[in-house]
Amino acid sequence: MINLKSFMARQDILALIILAALLFVVMPMSMDIFRLNLIGKYLTYAFVAIGLVLCWGKGGILSLGQGVFFGLGGYCMAMYLKLESSTPEATAIQSTPGIPDFMDWNQITELPWFWEPFNSLTFTLVAILVVPALFAFIIGAAMFKRRVGGVYFAIITQAIAAILTILIIGQQGYTGGVNGITDLRTLKGWDIRSDDAKYFLYFLNGALLLGVLVLCQFVLKSKLGRLLVALRDKEDRVRFSGYDVANFKIFVFCFAAVLSAIGGAMFTLQVGFMSPSFVGIVPSIEMVIFCAVGGRLSIFGAVYGTLLVNWAKTTFSETFPELWLFGLGALFIAVVLVFPNGLSGLYRSYLAPHVDRWIFRKPPEGGSTGTGAIDTPAFEPDPAARPAE
Amino acid sequence: MFADYSWTELGSIFAMQGFAGLILFSVFVLMALGLAIIFGQMGVINMAHGEFMILGAYVTYLCSNFVEAFVPALFGVYFFFAMILAFFVAGALGALVEWSLIRHLYRRPLDTLLATWGLSLILQQAYRSIFGAREVGVTLPDWLLGSVPLTDIIEIPINGIFVMVLTLVIAISVYFLMFRSRTGMQSRAVVQNRVMAGAVGINTEKVDRMTFALGCGIAGVAGSAFTMIGSTGPTAGQLYIVDTFLIVVFGGAASLLGTIASSFAISQAQSTMEFFLSGSMAKVLTLLTVVGILMLRPEGLFSAKIRR
Amino acid sequence: MNTITNNTDFLLAIENLTVSFDGFKAVNDLNLYVDENEIHVIIGPNGAGKTTVLDLICGRTKATEGSIKFRNRELTEMREHEIVREGVGRKFQNPSIYEDLTVFENLELSFPRGRSVWGALTFQRDTEVTARVREIAEMVFLDTLLDMQAALLSHGQKQWLEIGMLLIQDPELLMLDEPVAGMSVSERKQTAKLLNEITKGRSVMVVEHDMKFVEDIAHRVTVLHQGKILSEGSMAKVQSDPKVIDVYLGH
Repeated sequence: MINLKSFMARQDILALIILAALLFVVMPMSMDIFRLNLIGKYLTYAFVAIGLVLCWGKGGILSLGQGVFFGLGGYCMAMYLKLESSTPEATAIQSTPGIPDFMDWNQITELPWFWEPFNSLTFTLVAILVVPALFAFIIGAAMFKRRVGGVYFAIITQAIAAILTILIIGQQGYTGGVNGITDLRTLKGWDIRSDDAKYFLYFLNGALLLGVLVLCQFVLKSKLGRLLVALRDKEDRVRFSGYDVANFKIFVFCFAAVLSAIGGAMFTLQVGFMSPSFVGIVPSIEMVIFCAVGGRLSIFGAVYGTLLVNWAKTTFSETFPELWLFGLGALFIAVVLVFPNGLSGLYRSYLAPHVDRWIFRKPPEGGSTGTGAIDTPAFEPDPAARPAE
Repeated sequence: MFADYSWTELGSIFAMQGFAGLILFSVFVLMALGLAIIFGQMGVINMAHGEFMILGAYVTYLCSNFVEAFVPALFGVYFFFAMILAFFVAGALGALVEWSLIRHLYRRPLDTLLATWGLSLILQQAYRSIFGAREVGVTLPDWLLGSVPLTDIIEIPINGIFVMVLTLVIAISVYFLMFRSRTGMQSRAVVQNRVMAGAVGINTEKVDRMTFALGCGIAGVAGSAFTMIGSTGPTAGQLYIVDTFLIVVFGGAASLLGTIASSFAISQAQSTMEFFLSGSMAKVLTLLTVVGILMLRPEGLFSAKIRR
Repeated sequence: MNTITNNTDFLLAIENLTVSFDGFKAVNDLNLYVDENEIHVIIGPNGAGKTTVLDLICGRTKATEGSIKFRNRELTEMREHEIVREGVGRKFQNPSIYEDLTVFENLELSFPRGRSVWGALTFQRDTEVTARVREIAEMVFLDTLLDMQAALLSHGQKQWLEIGMLLIQDPELLMLDEPVAGMSVSERKQTAKLLNEITKGRSVMVVEHDMKFVEDIAHRVTVLHQGKILSEGSMAKVQSDPKVIDVYLGH
C-alpha cells in the first residue's frame, strides 16, 4: 500500500479519526449491546451506500439493484452458518436429518449440489466476494459494452432485483422462501448470538468499514476516481481520449457490488438471519436514499446518511408508523429538489469554512488560482465531506 | 410438461390461458401507454405510476359505493361515469405533481426516478390512511358478470371482453391524440426540440403539464379496469410498476405499437406458462427472458434509427 | 480521383465511403485523402455530411460501405478508443471538456498513459506529466488558469482546452469540428496562430463555416455537398469554382 498521506488529505484523515472515535468509543460506551447491535446492522447498509457513492455519485451509474449484491453476500454467509447448525444430531427429528430444516419441510431429501461447497468456510468467504463480483461483471459487461446506461440501466437492475426476490421466495425448498434462512447459531462452534460475539462482530464490522473507506479514498484519489467524474460529465470525451469506457464502468459496478456483499455478509453474522426482504426493489432503492441523504458525492457522508435515516426509521416506525412512510417519501423528494448534495453538501456550505479556519488555519477556499495545486494532490471538485455533527 | 395432456386439452388450456392473458394484457397496455407517453415524450421516469392507477381504482370503488347507496337506479351504468371520473381525478393529480415536482427536474431523469418513488410512498401511505390497509373490491353491475360459453370447456367472462374493448378504444384514442391531432403534434415538437418549439409559439410548459396529466389520466382508467380483475389495496400499484417499465423499454420507448406488442408478448408468455409452472416461476422466466433480450438488444423491439 | 489504391503515401485515405441512415445517404461514395503535415479544411452547406465524415473516421458512426485507411491501417473495424490510440484525435463541435474538474486535471486525464483500469488506479502524477501539462497549457493560452474549474472558463477558453486535451495525446491526425464557432475576433486570430503552430509534424482536418478563417489556415479545401465532393483544391481554386458558388458561397 502506498503512503496514506499521498491520497488522504488532512481533512480526510481527520474525518476518518472522528468516525473511528464515534464507532469505537462513543457508541460502545453510550449504548447497551442491543442498541449497539442495531447500529452494527445499520452500518452494514453503509457498505452499500459507499459503493453507491462511487458508482452513482461519482460515475453517474445508478443501480437500483444493490440489494441483489447485499443479498448474495448475505445468503452465502447464511448458507454456511445454516449448514453448520444443521448437523445430523441437531436435526435428528427431521425425516431427513442433516439438511437445513426448511428443506425438510419442503420434502427435499438431499442437500442440493450448490449448497455442498458451503460446508467450507474458506469457500464461503471467497464466494462472498466472488459471486457478487461475477454477477455484477456479467450484468455490467452485457450492458456497458452495449452502451446501455442512465435510466435503462436503473430499470434493468431494478428488474433483476425483482426477479431474484421472486425466485428466492418461489424456490423455498432451496432458499428458505419468504422467511429466508433463519435460526443461525454458530460459526466454527463460536456462538454468534452471545453478547461477546456481538461486541466482537460490531468491532469487526466497524474496522472493515474503515478499511473500505480508506480503500475507496484511494480509488477516488487515483486517476480512476477523476475518470469516473469525467465519465459522468462527458462520456464521449473520455472515449475519444483513448479509454475503453465500458471497462471503467464495469470495474466500478463490480467494486460497488463487492462492497455491498461484504455488508450483506456482516449483516447475516450480526443479525442472525437473511431473507428476501433485503434483496428486492424496496430495500434496494432505500439504500440509494441512504447514500443520497448523506450526500451522493461523499463516502463519509454516506455513512452518516445511512446511520441517520435508519435511526429515524427505527424511531419513527416504532412510535408513528403511519408517519414514517410520509417522512421517507418526503425525504426522497427533498434530497432531489432541495439539498441534492445531502448532509455533506450542507456541511460543505455551512460548516467546512469554519472548520478549515479553526483547525487547519487555512483561508477559506475559492477565488484564488494559486500555484499550490499541482504539487499538493488535494483537488477534487466535490471534496469528500467531513462528518456533520 | 405437456406430456400429461391430450391435444384437445392442450388447445383448450392455451385458449383459456390466452384469454386470461388478454385481460392482463389490457391492464398492461393501459398502464404502459400512460408510462410510455410520459417516458417517451418527456424523458421522465414516473415511479408513482402504479399509485395513479390505484387512485383510479379507488375512485371507481367510491363511485360504486356512492351509486349503490344513493342512486341505485343508475347502478347499471355507473362504471362509465367512474371511468371518466377516474381519468380526470388521476389527471388532475398528475397536473399538480407536474407543477409542484416534475417541472423542476427535466433533464435529470435519474432524479425524477427517486422523487417519484418518494411520491409513490406518500401516496401509498395516504391511501392506507384514508381507505385502510385492507383490500377493497367493487360491486359490478349484473350485465358485466357471467360469461359466454364458446365451447364445452372454454368460457369467456364478459368483464374480460369489456376490459379489452375499453383498452382498444383508449389505445386508438391515444393514437389519434398523439399522432393525428394538433395537441399531439405540439407535444412531439416539444420532445424533439424544446427551444425551437418554444420559439415558434408553443407553450412548452403547458404541453408538458398536459402530457403528464394525460399519462396519469390513462393510468387512472387502467385502475378502473383493474377493479374488475383484482382487488384494490394501497400497495397493489407497486406490484405492476416493474413489469410495466420493462414493457415500455422492451417495446422501444417512443413506439405506441411497440408498447402494445410487448404488452401482448409479456402477458401471454406469463399467462401461458403459469398453467404449467408455478406463478412465480412463470414470472421469473418471463422477466428473465425480457431482461436477457434487452441486454442483447438494448434499444427495444421497435425503435427508429436516428442520425446523431 | 476515383481509382482505388491499395497502398498510399497518404496519412489518411478514405475510399468509396458510404453511410446511410434508413436509406438516406449522408455520405455517398466518398473518396478523400489527407497528406502528411496538411491542414485540410472541409466546407459545405448544412447537412452536407461534414460532421458525419469526422464521425466515421473516429468510429462514432459505423460506415455502411467503403474503407478508411490511416497509415494503411483500416479504421472502420476498430473501436473508438483503438482509433484514438492509433493517433487520431477528435474535437467536438461544442466544447467537450470535464466541467467538474480543473484545467490541470482535464489535461492530465488526456495524457496518454494509464489508460487501462489498473493503469488508472496506479497512475502517478510525476514530473513528466506535470511538465507536459504545463507545456500544453502554455500552448493553448491556459497556463495561468491550471487550477481553475473548467466550468468557469470562457467559451473560447473551453475550445482551447479541448484542443489542448488532444494535443497532449500528440495525435498524427487532428480533427477539429468548427474550432472557432462562438469565438471573438481576437480569440479567432489566436486560434489561427495556434493551428498553424500545432500543424508542425501532424495533419489537421478542420470543418469550418467561417470563410475568413478557412482562408487563413487551409492548405487544401474540400467542398462537400449532399454527401459527395463538389470541388477540391486550393482555396483560390475552390472559391472560383462556379458549382461551389452556386450551392454554397452564394452570389
